[in-house]
Amino acid sequence: MARLGTLLCALAFGATVAATPPARAAETVKVGVILAYSGQAAASVKQMDEAINLYMKLHGKELGDTKLDLIRRDDTGPNPDMAKRLARELITRDKVNLLAGFYFTPNINAVAPLATEAKVPVIIMNAATSASIRLSPYLVRVSQTLWQQSYPLGQWAGHHGIKRAYIAVTDYGPGHDAEAAFARGFTEAGGTVVGHVEMPLKNADYVPFLQRIKDEKPDALFVFVPGSRDAAALMRAYSDLGLAAAGVRLIGTGDIVPDNELAEMGNVPDGVVTIGLYSAVADRPANKAFVAAWKAEYGPDAVPSPFAVGAWDGMAAIFHVVKAQHGKIDPDRTMQLLKGWRDDDSPRGPIMIDPQTRDIVQNMYIRKLERVNGKLANVEVETIPMVQDPWPKLNPPK
Amino acid sequence: MTKLDRRTAAVHPVDHIAHSHRLRWPEALPWLLIAATYLLFPSYLALGSQVLIMVLFALSLDLVLGYAGIVTLGHAAFFGLGAYTAGLLAAHGWSEPISALFAAAVVAGAFGAASGAIILRTSGLTLLMLTLAVVSLLAEAANKADSITGGADGLQGIVINPLLGRFDFDLYGRTAYLYCAAVLLVMWYVVRRLVHSPFGRSLTGIRENRLRMHAIGAPVRRRLVTAYAIGAAVAGVAGALQAQTTQFVALNVISFHLSAAVLIILIFGGAGRLYGAFVGAPIYMVAQDMLSRLDPVYWFFWVGLLLVLVVLFARGGILGCVDGVRRRWP
Amino acid sequence: MSQFLPALVSILFHGLAYAMVLYLAAVGLSVTMGLMGFANLAHGVFAMAGGYLTITLMAALGVGFLPALAVAILAVAAASVVLERTLYARLYTASEIDQVLFTIGLVYMATAAATFFWGPSPQHLALPAALQGDIPLVGRQFPTYRAFVIVMGFATALGLWAGIERTRFGAMIRAAVDNRAMARSVGIDTDRLFSLTFALGGGLAALGGGIGAEILSIHPAYAIEHLVYFLIVVAVGGMGSIRGPFFAALLLGIGDTACKYLFPEIGAVFIYIALFILLLWRPAGLFGRA
Repeated sequence: MARLGTLLCALAFGATVAATPPARAAETVKVGVILAYSGQAAASVKQMDEAINLYMKLHGKELGDTKLDLIRRDDTGPNPDMAKRLARELITRDKVNLLAGFYFTPNINAVAPLATEAKVPVIIMNAATSASIRLSPYLVRVSQTLWQQSYPLGQWAGHHGIKRAYIAVTDYGPGHDAEAAFARGFTEAGGTVVGHVEMPLKNADYVPFLQRIKDEKPDALFVFVPGSRDAAALMRAYSDLGLAAAGVRLIGTGDIVPDNELAEMGNVPDGVVTIGLYSAVADRPANKAFVAAWKAEYGPDAVPSPFAVGAWDGMAAIFHVVKAQHGKIDPDRTMQLLKGWRDDDSPRGPIMIDPQTRDIVQNMYIRKLERVNGKLANVEVETIPMVQDPWPKLNPPK
Repeated sequence: MTKLDRRTAAVHPVDHIAHSHRLRWPEALPWLLIAATYLLFPSYLALGSQVLIMVLFALSLDLVLGYAGIVTLGHAAFFGLGAYTAGLLAAHGWSEPISALFAAAVVAGAFGAASGAIILRTSGLTLLMLTLAVVSLLAEAANKADSITGGADGLQGIVINPLLGRFDFDLYGRTAYLYCAAVLLVMWYVVRRLVHSPFGRSLTGIRENRLRMHAIGAPVRRRLVTAYAIGAAVAGVAGALQAQTTQFVALNVISFHLSAAVLIILIFGGAGRLYGAFVGAPIYMVAQDMLSRLDPVYWFFWVGLLLVLVVLFARGGILGCVDGVRRRWP
Repeated sequence: MSQFLPALVSILFHGLAYAMVLYLAAVGLSVTMGLMGFANLAHGVFAMAGGYLTITLMAALGVGFLPALAVAILAVAAASVVLERTLYARLYTASEIDQVLFTIGLVYMATAAATFFWGPSPQHLALPAALQGDIPLVGRQFPTYRAFVIVMGFATALGLWAGIERTRFGAMIRAAVDNRAMARSVGIDTDRLFSLTFALGGGLAALGGGIGAEILSIHPAYAIEHLVYFLIVVAVGGMGSIRGPFFAALLLGIGDTACKYLFPEIGAVFIYIALFILLLWRPAGLFGRA
C-alpha cells in the first residue's frame, strides 16, 4: 500500500542530495544566516536581509579574492528545534565557518550548545535576552539587549519629571525582561511604579488595557510590545482613547516606533519618547551616507530600521574577521578578534564588543517622535554614551 | 471509507479481516528506507530525526483521527506535555533518556484520559473547538509558569546521558537518528497490534457508524476515551524524543500551529491507513525544506498549492490516491 | 462608585465595537458551514481581501471610504462566486478532512500572495474626517469610528435578520439548511442557492474586514490569526444560525473586553475558558440544533 508513497519519498530524498553544492574552493568563507524570513517577524527580517545585501554590494570588493558565501535558511519563527536542525545542517553538511542572524531568543538559546560543540562563532544580529550570551563562549551580540534599553530609560524618566509610571508589556520572556529593567531603573531614580499589566501575546485590540490605565492617571505609560503590528495597534488605542490629552505620556523601547514603518502606522501621536540604538534621521555623517545608500538601493521612500543596522554591523564584524584572517577562519582566533572589536563609524555611532561579556557596548539615544519635513521621525534629543548591558552586573555568573 | 479494494474483495471479507494483521512484504519498505537513509545520506540525519519524530507524532494522530474518527486541533497538547516532561526531568538531574520516555507517555496519556473523558461527549465542530481550547489553555499555562518551563525563552539546562550509557548524542545526529528509528519501530508495532485487535476494529466501527455500535452494546465513550489516551501517550513519546534529541524545549511544542501541521501531514499522507504518517511526514517535510531553501520568503505559497492539488487530484491523501490508481489498474 | 458607571460604559462600548467586527467577519462562515456543511477555513481570506481592497482603492485611486468599501464588497462577493463554482463546488461531497486540507492550502497561498503584493507590514486605513475624532457618551469621549462600526454592525444584523426571515431567498436558505435533499426535491435550485449564499458570506466578510481594518488590522497573516476567533463565534453561536453568531460575538467581544479591563492577568485565556464552558453546557451552540 505504501509502495508509491515510499518511492516518492525516496525520490524526494535523492533530489535533496543532488541539490547539495560541490566541495568549496580554498578561499571561500561560508556563513550560515538563520533568520525568520517567513512568519510573524517577516517585516523586520526583510530589513535585516536588505542590510546584508547592501553591505555585500558596497563592501564586497574589500575582501579581495576571498569569496564570502552566505547560505540563508528560514527558521519560520520562534521555532528552536528547527533552528537547531538548520544550524546542525549548516555546520555538518555545508561546513560553514560562521553562523549569523537569529531573530528569536529561543532559537539562539537552542543553537548555543552546538556552537560550543562544533566551535563555530555565532554573530547574533537581533535576539535581545541578556542571559543568552552566557550559553556559549562562541556567541557575540551586535544588536542590543532589553536591559540595555529599558534600564536607562527608567532612569531617564525618573530624572525628567515623571513621578508615577504604569508599565504595560507583552506577557512573555522579553516583556518580563523589559518590565524588570524599567522598574529597576525608574525606582532607583526616585519614581514610583503605580501599576503594571502583562498583555497576551496574541492580542488584536489594546483598548481595554489602555482604558484601565487611563483611569489610573499615571504621568507616563511605559510600553514594550514585540513588532510593528502590535505597536501600531497600541498606538491606535493610545490615540483613540485620548491618553495624551489626559496627561499620560507614552514612553517605551524603540520597538514601538520602527523608523521604517512610521509612515504606514497611521495616527501615531506626536511626542512619544523612546530609547533606541538608532534613528534613521540622526545627523552622524556615517548615518547620512548609510541612509543615502539605502535610498539609492531600495527607493526614495525606503527607511532603514534598527533591525537593519543590527544586521549591517553584524556584516561589518564578519568582514572584520574575514579580512584579518585573509579568508582562513579559525574559530578561537575569530573570537579573539571579535572581543574588543570596535567600529567608531557605524550608522548608530561608536560601538564596541565588551571583551568580557561578548555583548555590545553602544550609545543609547532618547528619541522624541516629531514631524521632520512633514514626515514622522524619531529625533534624537539626548545621548547616553557607551551603555553596557546592566544585567550581568546585577546577575553575576554562578 | 471502506478499504476493501477490488482485489481483496475477491477474497471472502471475513478472511480479509482475519488475515489483515499478518505482516506483508511492503510493510518492510519504510524500515528499509529508514536504514538506507542512514547509510546513504549521513549528512541528512538531523532532518531525518525530525522526520521520524513527526512520523511518530502523525502515527499517534492516526489512531485518534484515522481510526477513532476524532477530528482534533489540539493534538500538540500531548506532544508538548511529553516534551516538557522529558525536558524537565533532564534539566533536574534525570538524564537517562529511555525511562524519561515512559514518564512522558504516562503524563501525556493521563492528561489525554482526563481531558478526553470531559470533551469526548461532543463531536464535530464542537469537539474540534474544545480540543483547540485545551491546547490553547495549556500553552498559556506553560507561558505563565515561566519559572518552571522557561517560558518563551525556552527551557535551559537539559542534559541527556549517552544512550544505554554508551552512545553519545553526536553532532551529526547519528545516535539521535537511530534512537528515533528504534522508538518508532517499537511504537509502530504497538499501534499496529492495537488497530488490528478487536479494540481497533471496534474503533473503526464507531467511526463508521456510531449509532450501530451503540445498538450492539459497545461502550462507545469508553472506547473513544481509551483511544484518545493511547494516542496522547504515543504523542507524548514523540514530544519526549524531540526534547531529548534537540536538548531544548520551548513553547512552540504546545501550539495550535503544530496541531494544525500534524493534521495536515497526516491527511496529506492519508488518514486511517497506518502508513499515512510514514508517507505524509517525509514528503511534506522534505518538500518544505527544499521549497524554503529555494524561496525562503514565499515558500508557503508552494506548500499551499501542493495541499490544494492533493485534495483536487489525489483525494484521500497520497495513499488514497495510490489506492485509487491500484483500483483502476488491478 | 463614581468610577463604576463610566468604566461599565467603556467596557460595553469597546466590547460592542470588537463584537461587531467579529460578527461581520464570521457570520458568513456560519451560513456556509451550516448550509453546505463545508468546513471553509479560508473564510478569513475574504475578510482580508475586503480590507486590502478597501485600503488600496482609497490610497492608490483616491476613492472615498464608503465607495471603496462598496466596491471591495462587490469584488470579493464576485470573486467568491468564481471560487465557489470552480473549486469549492467540487468538494461538497468530499470528507470534512479533505475540506480542511484544501482550505488551509488556500490560506497559505493567500498569505503568501498578500505578502507579495502588499508586503509584510499591517496596512493602515486612512479614515475620512467625519469618522475621526470623538463623540461624547455618558460623560466620556469615545472614538467616532468605533461608534460607526457598532452602528453598521447592528444595521447589517437587522438587515440579515429581515432578509432571512422575510424574503423568499431567506426561506429557501432556511429550508436548505434544515433539509437539503427535501429542499431540492421541492424544486429549489440548491446549486444556485449555494453560489448566492457563498457570495453573501464572502461579501459580509469583506465588509467586516474593510470596516474593521482599524480594529483588526489588515496584514498577510490575518486569515490564519483570526480564524480561531471566527470559528469560536460560529461554534458558540451554533452552525447555520443567523442569530447565533450575533449573540456569540456580543458575548465574546464584551466578555473579552471586560476581562482585559477588570482582570488583565487572565485576559489571554478568557475566550478559551468561555468557549470550553459554553460548549460543554450547550454542545450545539447557543442557537444551534442538536
